[in-house]
Amino acid sequence: MIAYIVRRTLYAIPILIGVNLFTFALFFWVNTPDDMARMHLGLKRVTPEAIAKWKQERGYDKPLLFNSGAPGATEKLGDTIFFEKSIRMFVFDFGAADDGRDIGREIKARMLPSLALALPVFVVGLLVHITFALLVAFFRATYIDFWGVVLCVAMMSISSMFYIIGGQYLISKLWHLVPISGFQGGVDSAKFLALPVIIGVIGSLGAATRLYRTFFLEEINKDYVRTARAKGLSEVTVLFKHVLKNAMIPILTGAVVAIPFLFMGSLITESFFGIPGLGSYTVDAIRSQDFAVVRSMVFIGSFLYIVGLLLTDLSYTLVDPRIRLG
Amino acid sequence: MTRPLLRVRDLRTWIDTGDAVVRAVDGVSFDVGHGETFALLGESGCGKSMTALSVMRLLPDAGSIVGGSVELDERDLLQLPEAEMRNIRGRRIAMIFQEPMLSLNPVMTAGENIAETLGRHTGLAGAALEARVLALLDAVHMPDAARRRHEYPFQLSGGMKQRVMIAMALACDPELLIADEPTTALDVTIQAEVLDLLRELQKSRRMSLMLITHDLGVVAEMAHRVAVMYAGEIVETASREAFFARPAHPYSRKLFDSVPAGHKRGEALAVIRGGVPPLTGGFSGCRFAERCDSAWELCRRTAPGWHDAGGGQKARCHLFAPGEKMKEEGGRQKAEGIPARSAGPLHPSSFILHPSSAPLLAVRDLQVHFPVHRGLLKRVVARVKAVDGVSLAIESGRTLGLVGESGCGKTTVGKGILRLVEPTGGEVLFDGADLARLGHGELRSRRKHVQIIFQDPYASLNPRMRVAETLEEGMAALGLGAGRTERQARIDRLLAEVGLSPEVKYRYPHEFSGGQRQRIAIARALSVEPRLIVCDEPTSALDVSVQAQILNLLKELQQKKGLAYLFITHNISVIEFLAHEVAVMYLGRIVEHGMVDEVLGDPKHPYTRALLSAVPVIDQATRRGVIRLQGELPSPVDPPAGCHFHPRCPAAFAPCRQQYPGKTEFTKTHAARCYLYAAPAAEEKA
Amino acid sequence: MMPFLPVVLFTDWLVYLLVAVIAAVAWHVRRHEHLVAPWRRVVRSKSGMVGLVVLAVLVVIGLLDSLHYRPRLGVQQADAKAAYAVDVLSVFDVLSEPLRARREKTYSAPLATELYAKETIELSDGGQAREYPRLQYGGAHLQNPQEDFVADVAKHALTGVASGLFGWLALTIVLCASLAHRHQTRVGESWRRIWCGETEVPWAAILLTSLAILLIAGPAIALGVKYHILGTDKVGQDVLYLALKSIRTGLVIGTLTTLVMLPFAIALGIMAGYFGGWIDDIIQYLYTTLNSIPGVLLIAAAVLMTQVYIDTHPEMFTTTAQRADFRLLFLCIILGVTSWTSLCRLLRGETLKLKELEYIQAAHAFGVRHLRIVTRHVLPNVMHIVLISVVMEFSGLVLAEAVLSYVGVGVDPSMISFGTMINNARLEMAREPMVWWSLAAAFIFMFALVLSANLFADAVRDAFDPRIRSRTLTPARLRELAAGSGGRGAERAA
Repeated sequence: MIAYIVRRTLYAIPILIGVNLFTFALFFWVNTPDDMARMHLGLKRVTPEAIAKWKQERGYDKPLLFNSGAPGATEKLGDTIFFEKSIRMFVFDFGAADDGRDIGREIKARMLPSLALALPVFVVGLLVHITFALLVAFFRATYIDFWGVVLCVAMMSISSMFYIIGGQYLISKLWHLVPISGFQGGVDSAKFLALPVIIGVIGSLGAATRLYRTFFLEEINKDYVRTARAKGLSEVTVLFKHVLKNAMIPILTGAVVAIPFLFMGSLITESFFGIPGLGSYTVDAIRSQDFAVVRSMVFIGSFLYIVGLLLTDLSYTLVDPRIRLG
Repeated sequence: MTRPLLRVRDLRTWIDTGDAVVRAVDGVSFDVGHGETFALLGESGCGKSMTALSVMRLLPDAGSIVGGSVELDERDLLQLPEAEMRNIRGRRIAMIFQEPMLSLNPVMTAGENIAETLGRHTGLAGAALEARVLALLDAVHMPDAARRRHEYPFQLSGGMKQRVMIAMALACDPELLIADEPTTALDVTIQAEVLDLLRELQKSRRMSLMLITHDLGVVAEMAHRVAVMYAGEIVETASREAFFARPAHPYSRKLFDSVPAGHKRGEALAVIRGGVPPLTGGFSGCRFAERCDSAWELCRRTAPGWHDAGGGQKARCHLFAPGEKMKEEGGRQKAEGIPARSAGPLHPSSFILHPSSAPLLAVRDLQVHFPVHRGLLKRVVARVKAVDGVSLAIESGRTLGLVGESGCGKTTVGKGILRLVEPTGGEVLFDGADLARLGHGELRSRRKHVQIIFQDPYASLNPRMRVAETLEEGMAALGLGAGRTERQARIDRLLAEVGLSPEVKYRYPHEFSGGQRQRIAIARALSVEPRLIVCDEPTSALDVSVQAQILNLLKELQQKKGLAYLFITHNISVIEFLAHEVAVMYLGRIVEHGMVDEVLGDPKHPYTRALLSAVPVIDQATRRGVIRLQGELPSPVDPPAGCHFHPRCPAAFAPCRQQYPGKTEFTKTHAARCYLYAAPAAEEKA
Repeated sequence: MMPFLPVVLFTDWLVYLLVAVIAAVAWHVRRHEHLVAPWRRVVRSKSGMVGLVVLAVLVVIGLLDSLHYRPRLGVQQADAKAAYAVDVLSVFDVLSEPLRARREKTYSAPLATELYAKETIELSDGGQAREYPRLQYGGAHLQNPQEDFVADVAKHALTGVASGLFGWLALTIVLCASLAHRHQTRVGESWRRIWCGETEVPWAAILLTSLAILLIAGPAIALGVKYHILGTDKVGQDVLYLALKSIRTGLVIGTLTTLVMLPFAIALGIMAGYFGGWIDDIIQYLYTTLNSIPGVLLIAAAVLMTQVYIDTHPEMFTTTAQRADFRLLFLCIILGVTSWTSLCRLLRGETLKLKELEYIQAAHAFGVRHLRIVTRHVLPNVMHIVLISVVMEFSGLVLAEAVLSYVGVGVDPSMISFGTMINNARLEMAREPMVWWSLAAAFIFMFALVLSANLFADAVRDAFDPRIRSRTLTPARLRELAAGSGGRGAERAA
């Protein structure tokens, strides 16, 4: 099993390298730093000097891949955009944003608020969604099931933004239960986080319930469930002890991939509620066209995804004896 | 007469398939007495499994009991509230299912699976529960029970899983055990053990057993009483003795006639024409009338009631109607007087040996090894020796039967010959060329000589291609037949040859039954005029009456075209009927081969003997004592040293563990690889 | 000389191509009974047909909005080179001329006759007053809005309802007549059958949906020409017009994205599964790498780069519409790149399974070439997965567009879409009293589009996915049927 995990870890390296090369190509080849500078400085009548200055301030004035002007061999390769901007990411050195602030520090500071929002959404969401799906599956082939599915389809047809806008309007603006947006550390955060968490859970209720329902139904139709019924077990026991246990395999593995992303936060929820997490950081960077931040977030995102894949493999070995012992 | 334990009356179960309502069980009545084994016999789709599930009230969501009664000790189970029914399931009636692989919860250990039933009905817990689980596993002869109960289903072999299922069912000493095709998914040697176990438990616990099966042999070995089901209703009930002495209903008689056997070799098997009528509507007459040779106008008009056929035997057939009574045994005679619808005796010449002629195909030392990747870099750490040095030869116009249990590598031999899997060693000599070493271009030019027919009639035809397209594909690929019109003419001829009308060529596979699909698959193989056809279990997915049609067809084609067959199967009776020579495979190697009569009549190798003894036979007079094999089939990754069979062999002695035995020839054609017959020198050396 | 210059945008080409492909597929399917069978099951699904009717109406609007042209400017001398307007219009714009052209100054509420905010107005006597000015178009025909408003709205609404009902009745009668003709029965009989649910196609559900649509559309048209029934936005544009124009953007994103990615997903997925070995390794590496980049970020990065490209190459785009269209197309492509991986993986898995099937082994035994095996044996047997995935993907893409536009990497801000509508309206949330109608309009239209697509997609999946066998009858209904079929069983028992 250890060999299996080590192999999966090693497999991650070429993927990260691939992502790195891809982003490098996208950010520095498709458009040159000159293009970026011109866009940032305004398009009309930009002097070449201004462009050169902009590039130099941000370290974009170096050659892309090979610095023939540099003295030593290491400098020839090291003193380049590729090394400075791409290779350094592997040690989580992201450099400065286009507005000059250190990206690494910013990310560290914003990780916690993101997590404070995303973790409750994840845990509460998983519990609520599984419960609902079990209920619907329990009443399969009845009107409850039918209307439950219809409700799910209707709920998943509503854009997440309307859940946020509607929730903010009803709960904050009309009923004044919680502040409409903002964030504070410590105990106070609960006040600010309650609404986004509720909305996060409800917003994904339709899609998740429907998906989990199909997992449950797939299991329910298997032979071992019939065996369990033949033992004289009640439908509830069958559902919880047999069906749930087996359906947890696809549910968990689907959910585990998402765990590392909890650090990334949710783009729109954070930005609508003014929570200073990584999600709103990303949105702001995109809006202000800060390429350095976007590039860093792409790398972090891929890194977390790969961690998620590894966790998935691990969780398989935990929940499925066929993989643990096979 | 004492009250029966289970009394089923006019049970009717319907299933909604989404497109139509199928009346799967349509007015079934029967009794199961105390301590009795009652067999429900029928072909697939006749409603026998649905009957069993209805008794347990465990129907799938789409099914529903729409009428009738199921009384257990005079209490109608169908009227019970679900909560009370649950107290009966697992405690008073228990059930085991066909697929042990799928019927155990994969994330619970064997012990947990069993303990659950006990916990539900007895309230046992802790050490007492553990002890009881162990006792149950011992009762079903689970080897190494103390360790096995902590293992998960995927770690157990098929036979062991079925033992766990039986232990689970027996946990609360049920009065009735329903076994739904309990051995169909198992190999014959394992089947023999499981049947033994069931018989033993039934006797010692004085339990009633309701056995659902399609296999006449299993019925013959197990049942006290038999009911034959056809198209949703029971058509005959009888004691086993009476049933096997004189089956009454024409359908039952046909079933017997269509079972292949050695003594029917010279003739064609009896077949039941047509197919089972759809169960979506009602019937006005006898359900079997359209397929019955002795049906007359009355049969099509009115459904027959139950008539006494003598000796407690009853049949739902007008032949035995009281009106016919004046002729006393007239009905019986009429039924027996029906000649088997035979295609006439087959050419006896086809059974004459031609030992002198050169073989069409000669396989020498064929090896197919699959690498096993493990570890950090996915290096090859081992090889699955699926086929490990197989040699065989087939002459034109003759059939070599390759027999073995699942996992012995027999299918891989067939695929290796056609290079559907790449052989890793050895030669496949066909017409002087070694197929195993030819380049792709050269191989293509010879592909038309060797063709293959597969097991699963549903997977063997592309559902998106018309019959004509399927048949044309091979001709087009191998450049046979000049132009479209000529090929179309050939397609018509091919279809006629396999007994289908040329009109079907514009249809899609889903419109055909399993047997018809297999005919199309045969036509496809024939389309390139092969000289050898590898038949990979072509009839094992078919019902016995359909199997008879396909076997007849294959035999007829062989005589007409001088085809050679490599017939791969696990079914000994098919081999007896069809093959000229037999080779028995065990763990990647052939352990014995010879003429059919030699091998089946006088088996030498201990494995062959065990295999033959395990086959359930209809005629109990010819029954041999079952030779029990120890242990399970070893893994082909790491076969045992010496003779692969020695760990399970009842006759193993010292030399068997040292080295793989050499070939001992008994006659010019019969040989085995076993130290029992080796020259004394070998024994002395050991 | 032409009074207009036809303009075919990039996305228009692809829309036409898509329509042609769908027509060709439909023609092919009609000729093959086994291909028609699953569609029959789709047609039998009530919810699916309800969704399809709504979807069809929206698609017609979207298609009309995909026929673009530039009108000729002014009347010029015959020999002069014709000059065409810079604005690109569509056939739909012409049909909705009353909505498009009647532009107010700024916000006004639904059905309002006055602007939403007070303005300082010069009075005739030279003094100034702050009041709500009358709208230039909305309700301009009313002399005295305070008194006439309710009656006028009621009159128009009733006219609309009446014409809607009339249209529906006409539709129903035509349907009954044609059904009666086909089944050789009387018209009354078809009418009865339809409403008793005895037809194979759920005509009752279809007719009720049409009724609902007509009852909404009738009054909307009658009132729409006189008022702004969903109000106006910040720059005074009719919100109903904006919502209707958004439909095309949503449809284009939902369909073209999959059209763009489909060839890659199919080719790579099947290749990976069929050939295995190093080809499989490369393709798997490719999609795992692409998949590992969070979708939104990849889209953001790519769209930002496109924007830079567009901004630095202004000479390539003669009109704003073309610029916006180029960005839309690129958004589709990049959305496709992020979403092809899941289909690719599905196809790989299915091909792996198919490869072992016996009919493919049989083809190998004939030495049939790989290309032919793939096209004749593999591809037709994975098409149901492709279809299911395409229809299921649609609604997610429509929803994604809104989110992306909010983040600022969606369609061009000058392009009307649900995302830009929400984004613009969101800023006005804080206003007191709130400007809610833009949001409401976007919500309703988006919900209608996505829900109908979801319902239809579900029906398609149920019909095509071999693993799903939906039930039509409940156990109770089965027992009823059995009771109806009489005491045949009882007789036999006796």
